[in-house]
Amino acid sequence: MSADSIIETRELVRDFRKTRAVDRMTFSVEPGEAVGYIGANGAGKSTTIKMLTGILKPTSGHVRTCGLDPMRRRVEVARRLGVVFGQRSQLWWDLPLRDSFTILGAIHRMDDGSTRARTDLLVEQLEMGPQLGTPVRSLSLGQRMRAEIAAALLHSPELLILDEPTIGLDVLSKQRLREFLVAERHEQGTTLLLTTHDMGDIERLCDRVLVVDHGRLAFDGTLTGLAGTVGAQRILVLDLAGPTPDLCDVPGATLVQSESDGLRQRLSFDSAATTVAAVLAHVSSRHEVRDLTIEEPDIEDVVRRIYAASGRD
Amino acid sequence: MRTFWLLVRAGFRRHSTYRLALLAGVTTNSVFGFIRASVLLAALASAGSAIGGYDAPTALAFVWWGQALLGTVNLWGFAEVKDRVRTGDIAVDFLRPVDPQMAYLAGDLGRAGINLVGRGVPAILLGGLLFDLAWPPSALSWVAGAVSVVLAVVVAFAGNFVINLLAFWLVEIRGITLLWMITGGLLCGLYLPVPWFPTWLRTIANWSPFPSMLQNPIDILAGRVVGTDIASAVAVQVFWAVALLGLGQLVLRAGRRRLEVQGG
Repeated sequence: MSADSIIETRELVRDFRKTRAVDRMTFSVEPGEAVGYIGANGAGKSTTIKMLTGILKPTSGHVRTCGLDPMRRRVEVARRLGVVFGQRSQLWWDLPLRDSFTILGAIHRMDDGSTRARTDLLVEQLEMGPQLGTPVRSLSLGQRMRAEIAAALLHSPELLILDEPTIGLDVLSKQRLREFLVAERHEQGTTLLLTTHDMGDIERLCDRVLVVDHGRLAFDGTLTGLAGTVGAQRILVLDLAGPTPDLCDVPGATLVQSESDGLRQRLSFDSAATTVAAVLAHVSSRHEVRDLTIEEPDIEDVVRRIYAASGRD
Repeated sequence: MRTFWLLVRAGFRRHSTYRLALLAGVTTNSVFGFIRASVLLAALASAGSAIGGYDAPTALAFVWWGQALLGTVNLWGFAEVKDRVRTGDIAVDFLRPVDPQMAYLAGDLGRAGINLVGRGVPAILLGGLLFDLAWPPSALSWVAGAVSVVLAVVVAFAGNFVINLLAFWLVEIRGITLLWMITGGLLCGLYLPVPWFPTWLRTIANWSPFPSMLQNPIDILAGRVVGTDIASAVAVQVFWAVALLGLGQLVLRAGRRRLEVQGG
């Protein structure tokens, strides 16, 4: 924990009447990091975020965002922070999208020139030009989410907090959003804290994962480490042309299951150790492969394993 | 300041998208203007002289300025802040580096602006065209009247904002809103001029913020209040504006600490 951490919590606690939503949470995030914050529903993710952003008063403990107490110095923290709550909007519903950017620019005390330049850049990168004149209420969910993220990034914040940014989006919209975020972070060095139910978000965006369980930190480390801890591996399902003996000798992969005399075999493998292509090449050199599917570890499963490992339900 | 002004403009634009509502407002205000003008003229005719400082032209000015300012000053209150507290969207307001009360005040001034242009001006022009009403007697009355209208908007906003914030503690504030509307509608001088009230009711009214929301600007614009009395009428409004905005700040601060936005 260094002095210039962008997020720092120590023994952070928040109670809601008789329930403890966040329980002695201690972690810190350094500038430039991209951190995925995951856990089951009701595990305490949103509560933590609300305390980090100064919306919610901690019951006890210590919290600093951009080095400041977010509850006491709300306005200063708000200037350095961009937040998107997937289920809430920060845009002006009745006005054309363009107006939301103008107003937000003024709220963040940007001059007209820089508001315009920054808006143009974000609009171009997020491909939202055609929607600028559309009232926000008429945007599709995918368009609105992109607009929300542009709005959160307008004032070039040091820290971007995204709460379920891809919830409800189709595959293509998710993909575009992730690509944009990767590029934006690459250019601006923005620190990212992200909560999500989508393992794809974590894989593509985050280099560090925090898992929260019943308000407590259950895991803090890299995604690879997480996969290693819980054995959450990807599964390659191969349909073979004819009955095949068990594929026990594929480097980096382990046989999980073999059905119908080896017509369908399931191999688990660790993305860090090998690739789908390598496994497939190895198998195809010996047997004829007719079809294949890949099963991604799902976040709920990863979380469940973490919980099981830490001796909880 | 620039932020405030841009938020005013946004409020103006936001409410200007509902043009049909404005048209309906003008029509309703005008119809009620005719009815109220007839009633007051009949009352004056049967009294045979001025009542409480109102002769026929002042009474007509009272009616038509009242109708004109009805949409501008938000007497009936708003539900936006209450709804945002209830749904938790108020959280988004706290994530902005501006004071939520000032942001909503700016938005309400914008709303008042479009209503003044779209509903108020047509109503007073119609009244002036069809009736022989008293116009502001001097340039000072015009200017002070304009200031007084802005203050009336601020006082009405500040009061309603406090009522809306009660949603932090109460599940449903409809009853309180209704009480506020009925009391306010009576005591602000919308139905009858406050000086026409019986003494006891007039005392209550004068100790309440409600005349500052309508009676005071109308009196200045109708020329019933002139000279140094203008200063005291405006001073009372300033007092209520400051007091209610201050109260709003305290309640907002307490509400923020109470905020328990669950989920989402």
